[in-house]
Amino acid sequence: MTSAIHGNAKMTATATTRVLGVLAIAATALMTVLGLLVSPADVIQGEAVRMLYIHVPSIWIAYGAFVLTSVSSVLFLRRRKRREDQGRHYDRLAGSAAEVGVVFTGITLVTGMLWGKVTWGTYWQWDARLTTTVLLFVTYLGYLALRRLPAEPIIRSRRAAVMALISFINVPIVHYSVDWWRTLHQKASLSVGRRPEITGEMYWTLLYSALTVTIVAAWLIIHRYRVIRLEELRDEEALAALISSRLKKDDGSN
Amino acid sequence: MLAEILLVARKDLRVEWRAKIALGQVAPLALLILVVLAFALDANSSLLELGAGGLYWVAVLYGGTLLIQRSFDVETDDGNMDAFRMSVIGAPSLFLGKSLALFVQIGLLELVLGSGVAVLYNVRVVDWGLLLVAAVAGTIAFSVCGVLWGVMSAGLRVRATLLPLLLVPVLVPILLAGSRAFETALGVRADAGWTWASLMLVIAAVHTAIGLGAFGFLLEEG
Repeated sequence: MTSAIHGNAKMTATATTRVLGVLAIAATALMTVLGLLVSPADVIQGEAVRMLYIHVPSIWIAYGAFVLTSVSSVLFLRRRKRREDQGRHYDRLAGSAAEVGVVFTGITLVTGMLWGKVTWGTYWQWDARLTTTVLLFVTYLGYLALRRLPAEPIIRSRRAAVMALISFINVPIVHYSVDWWRTLHQKASLSVGRRPEITGEMYWTLLYSALTVTIVAAWLIIHRYRVIRLEELRDEEALAALISSRLKKDDGSN
Repeated sequence: MLAEILLVARKDLRVEWRAKIALGQVAPLALLILVVLAFALDANSSLLELGAGGLYWVAVLYGGTLLIQRSFDVETDDGNMDAFRMSVIGAPSLFLGKSLALFVQIGLLELVLGSGVAVLYNVRVVDWGLLLVAAVAGTIAFSVCGVLWGVMSAGLRVRATLLPLLLVPVLVPILLAGSRAFETALGVRADAGWTWASLMLVIAAVHTAIGLGAFGFLLEEG
């Protein structure tokens, strides 16, 4: 590690993010208590309903993260020639949000499969919601793969930004798949303009879980953003050191 | 603009005609895939008849991906991407021209595969109109998606593995819709075949709109 990175060593943790981190841990602990102890078992689903307190907020957060990726990608494409740093800030934000979105989509799939084994008797069904969610997951894995390719950073970022915008088409398809096709997957528990499918402690636990998962996701996105920035600094410094040593070598030989 | 589109398409088709990769290598390989798929199903003729629509589109997916890869390899290997950037031909014309060339190549591949399915899987067509419309709609969708995602991985060192990873999830809805439409056309499923064919046209329209807007961004260098 070179000097500038040592100088920015605290970049991944500030007082605000430490507070956010502690808040995330405390909120997760309370969510566990509410989800496992306070909230009752469901009449039909039994104890398996508790899985939904992670499963449902995870996909909401994944959607939110992919929205953030798309908005940041648009801003990156619009400002790539205007700003001094060629809009790299938005590119980093898009990348960090997509990583977190992929993680939460993965959590949704795993918890959904576990819930399916208990409720449906099988881990997997070729159902529209499940299939489109897997496609969403794989599409954004492709996006992350594109971001990691050895290529000119600005070209790579531009292609990734366009890919992020195209990939977002999958999000409404996943969300409305339960309405558009006959699926085994149940319809949305909560949605705007419709009476909630759940009430009482279950309703409040679900809302609280969504808040908790949002805090955790925000903490992760901020840290991933800062780590990406540190990686860029490291690469820039390594390149500068290489050029400098080459120049010195050339001077010595002359 | 039409003259530019035809110019780009003619250029791609001429390159292909000289190299004869599509008909000489990709089509035989895709036919081989049809044979291998039949082996995987234990050459069970009733199963093959039922699944012919899906198996046909899997073979198109495989062969089509190779053609898309090649369509951009010939540009990057000889530094043609720089020529594109400096060319007076607009990005939308380049996008549509390359899509048209791919449409012709994938269409030819489908003709070969269609004959293969008819002979090897012993299928009978009950609705030729639906079959042709679904084939054309699917080919348009494949071509525009292919050009859009092909340029995304063009010039990158690991494009051979990256392109399928990016492309296949996008092609899956086309594969699904094409399979359903073909199953209806082949009389193995009483389903809304025309709706599935229309869905492929919608996918093609969405990707064409994105391609016309984004192709210029993707061609930019530095």
